[in-house]
Amino acid sequence: MNDFIPSIGLEVHVQLKTRTKMFCACPAHTEGEPNTAVCPVCLGLPGALPVMNREAIRKTVKVGLMIGSRISLRSTFDRKNYFYPDMAKNYQITQQAAPLCIGGAVEIEVEGKKKTIRVNHIHQEEDVAKSTHMENSTEIDFSRAGTPLMELVTEPDMSSPDEAIAFLTALKEMLIYAGISDCNLEMGHVRCDVNSSVRPAGTDKLGVKSELKNMNTFKGIHRALEYELDRQMETLRKNGSLAQETRRWDDIAGITLPMRSKEYAHDYRYFPEPDLPPVVLDTATVEAWRAELPELPAAKRARFVAEYGLPEYDAGVLTADKAISEYFEAGAKKSGNFKAVSNWVMGELLRALGEKGQGIADAKISPEALAELIALVDAKTINMPAAKEVFQTLFENGGNPMAIVKEKGLAQVSDAGAIDGFAGQAIAANPKVADEFRAGKEAALMFLVGQVMKLSRGKANPQLAAEALRQKLQA
Amino acid sequence: MSADLFDLGFLEAADALAKKAVSSEELTSALLDRSEKLEPALNSLTWFSREAARAEARAADAARAAGDKRPFLGVPIAIKDLLNVKGQPCTAGSNILKGYVAPYDATVIARLRAAGCVFVSRTNTDEFAMGGSTETSAYGTTRNPWDVSRVPGGSSGGSAAAVAARLAPAALASDTGGSIRQPAAFCGVTGFKPTYGRVSRYGCTAFASSLDQVGPIARSVEDAAAVYQVIAGLDPHDSTTSPRPVGDGLPEVRAAKDLKGLKLGLPKEYFVEGLDPEVEKLTRAAVEQCRALGAEIVDVDLPHSQYGIACYYILAPAEASANLARYDGVRYGFRAESEDLLEMYEKTRAQGFGAEVKRRVILGTYVLSSGFHDAYYLRAQKVRTLIRGDFEKAFARCDAILGPVTPTAAFRVGEKSADPVQMYLGDIFTVNVNLAGICGLSVPCGFTPNGLPAGLHVVGPAFEEARILKIGAAYQHATDWHRKHPKI
Repeated sequence: MNDFIPSIGLEVHVQLKTRTKMFCACPAHTEGEPNTAVCPVCLGLPGALPVMNREAIRKTVKVGLMIGSRISLRSTFDRKNYFYPDMAKNYQITQQAAPLCIGGAVEIEVEGKKKTIRVNHIHQEEDVAKSTHMENSTEIDFSRAGTPLMELVTEPDMSSPDEAIAFLTALKEMLIYAGISDCNLEMGHVRCDVNSSVRPAGTDKLGVKSELKNMNTFKGIHRALEYELDRQMETLRKNGSLAQETRRWDDIAGITLPMRSKEYAHDYRYFPEPDLPPVVLDTATVEAWRAELPELPAAKRARFVAEYGLPEYDAGVLTADKAISEYFEAGAKKSGNFKAVSNWVMGELLRALGEKGQGIADAKISPEALAELIALVDAKTINMPAAKEVFQTLFENGGNPMAIVKEKGLAQVSDAGAIDGFAGQAIAANPKVADEFRAGKEAALMFLVGQVMKLSRGKANPQLAAEALRQKLQA
Repeated sequence: MSADLFDLGFLEAADALAKKAVSSEELTSALLDRSEKLEPALNSLTWFSREAARAEARAADAARAAGDKRPFLGVPIAIKDLLNVKGQPCTAGSNILKGYVAPYDATVIARLRAAGCVFVSRTNTDEFAMGGSTETSAYGTTRNPWDVSRVPGGSSGGSAAAVAARLAPAALASDTGGSIRQPAAFCGVTGFKPTYGRVSRYGCTAFASSLDQVGPIARSVEDAAAVYQVIAGLDPHDSTTSPRPVGDGLPEVRAAKDLKGLKLGLPKEYFVEGLDPEVEKLTRAAVEQCRALGAEIVDVDLPHSQYGIACYYILAPAEASANLARYDGVRYGFRAESEDLLEMYEKTRAQGFGAEVKRRVILGTYVLSSGFHDAYYLRAQKVRTLIRGDFEKAFARCDAILGPVTPTAAFRVGEKSADPVQMYLGDIFTVNVNLAGICGLSVPCGFTPNGLPAGLHVVGPAFEEARILKIGAAYQHATDWHRKHPKI
């Protein structure tokens, strides 16, 4: 299978999380009735003119700063001309000659191997309207038209579908971290054009590429790339030839198909957008935006390992979501038992959130309460089963862990007299098991401990229970 | 007031209304009566509504009665059919926008509305302002009130003819390559193109975005200045408008009586073969008049002038090819019956656009297309920079430039419509002002032996509107060409 080397490049379109659209004051990201968040500008009415959204520029520049791009202090907009019903003006305002961010790179890791994916540039543009194809018609919703988009174009540096997905995942993490975009794939926040080619091993020149347009799920991209690379290699192995073409992924059939040339054969006739002056930034502004950047996932991961002594795995899980990483840190700072906080967050908390389909913001248990719960376990005030019960109550209703322990009577019984009593009862009720232990079957003790726990309604300190049983049985 | 209410200019009308010598309803009715009477001969208007105009006028009268003292309350104004007035049709003289009613006010309209103006009628234009004769309009050719066998110029021929024929005290128009100044010259009225970026284009149906500029056509420089003062200035809806303060130049314009201390440049490139001797004679006489008013006349060079037409007819169509792409039948305006999307695009545009618009869209598409882009579009951009540089150098030597507005007086209807290049050459003295983004004024400067008006072109540096308006006002103070009315 190594006779060919794949090269994959991505053009990633991301809807920016801004209050208003790219070139007008209409609200962006509305979910109301179709064609309600519209105005003369985003409907392309005669005489309407675009006005640039500074917030979108700020967000795109921040992405550039995060990936180490060179920020253009003077960038310009261009018109990209083509006819399509979802584009009101029949030209898209985009950046071609002088984009906002040039260069940059994103680190990915696949199966423990780190790799740097270079970024060619990031430019600013406007989204088109949303088309819904019906049986005999197409419905167009211009509420989406003009939503701010950034388009990030990579170099063809990825060489497997896994690497492409790793890149997209790393990018998505970063964008969510910095509040650039919600990156909600179902909502179409992230859409990709996927370029791929294969070349014989041992050669340098890139092969003939195909472009898969408008991919909007990571799973789809992975499947499509697997198919597409395979198709290209098979064609070459059979001495066939490949055409540079635009193809479309049929998710149901699981294949890629060439698009009719009419659908993509465009001469875009780019020229400078006369309605918009250049975007001029000064270094002070860019530096102020840099100062707003959050700690990025990769840096945070490394810090969690160094600062809290967490295993790489824990650090990876905890930092995958910014809110969870912040929750962990708040809990860890309060608790001091970092590994316990990590275990609780990765275990019980993520499980409970998953069951409810909730995000960390919905959790009623505060990081401080979790730290307190851990302290109660560490002080042996409660045992683990009781702690889990307290956790569930805290998760559902919030509150104070100690108060819940008291209210539910969950405090661990460490009173020797009481445990002794339970141990006597357990032995008396299970004479056969007691005999087995006496005969040397160590495991039988665990059963009896379980019985003590049962009799104490879970409150007995299990270590003390084991000691009491051992004493009685060996007496 | 006599029956000739329609004789009132913009500021005169404002005065008469302020003194309550006349009501807006009376004035508006007089203009509508006259429009109904003369339109069959002129065809300068694409739309007017007695009911709508009188309702606006009555509202202005009621506001005045209630103590509203806005200076232009109730003053009627005509609007080129390219500028969006909420609730009125806006067709750009094209079948493709037939039936389209503007859902919003252009910024210039909103400002005139806030100042109290009444939008009395809409004026004819070459289709999408593409033309120099108002012959390409889907509404038919507008006639020159001085000689109805001749064109009024274009593209704002409707605005110029309507003001000359006294169907409105003033009109708004737009100028992409001379479309305000040339028809003003042909019709013997005053036309003013402000600096690019001085007046908002928001709501002005775009022809060529880097060249289009809205301005007034009026009976006098001071009337034009009054309208300009209302519409000019930064607009948050148009990113190309300048934040430079406009200032209130009107009192100075009204007081201008001489040209002492001013250096006026005379470019030899504007007195070349092709300039009609009669028009040249009138222009030179106007220059002498300026000298007599105290100006020092100096020679200046504009060496790249001759490339202006070629440059303009690459850049303007290029921008137009994109600006007119939105007329596709999908969302508004005319839609041709068709089987599928591509056919709808093709038929809608084939049937909706006229020949001149198609010519320019095709030309613009060609010069931007892959393989030709650098040779045409990019090269023309470089020439544009050289032309701008010419003016910068010239203005280092003089305060303003004088010259003819047009190479000839108004030509006959149909005379040039078969030869687009001849038509384009008529823009030779005006396009460079748009390419340089500076300001220009056309003031009536006499009549040819045929009784046709000619215009004196006063061109000023960027944002020096007040200066050229004062020059024009001083000239008009000393002359009465602008007071002559066509006998119609």
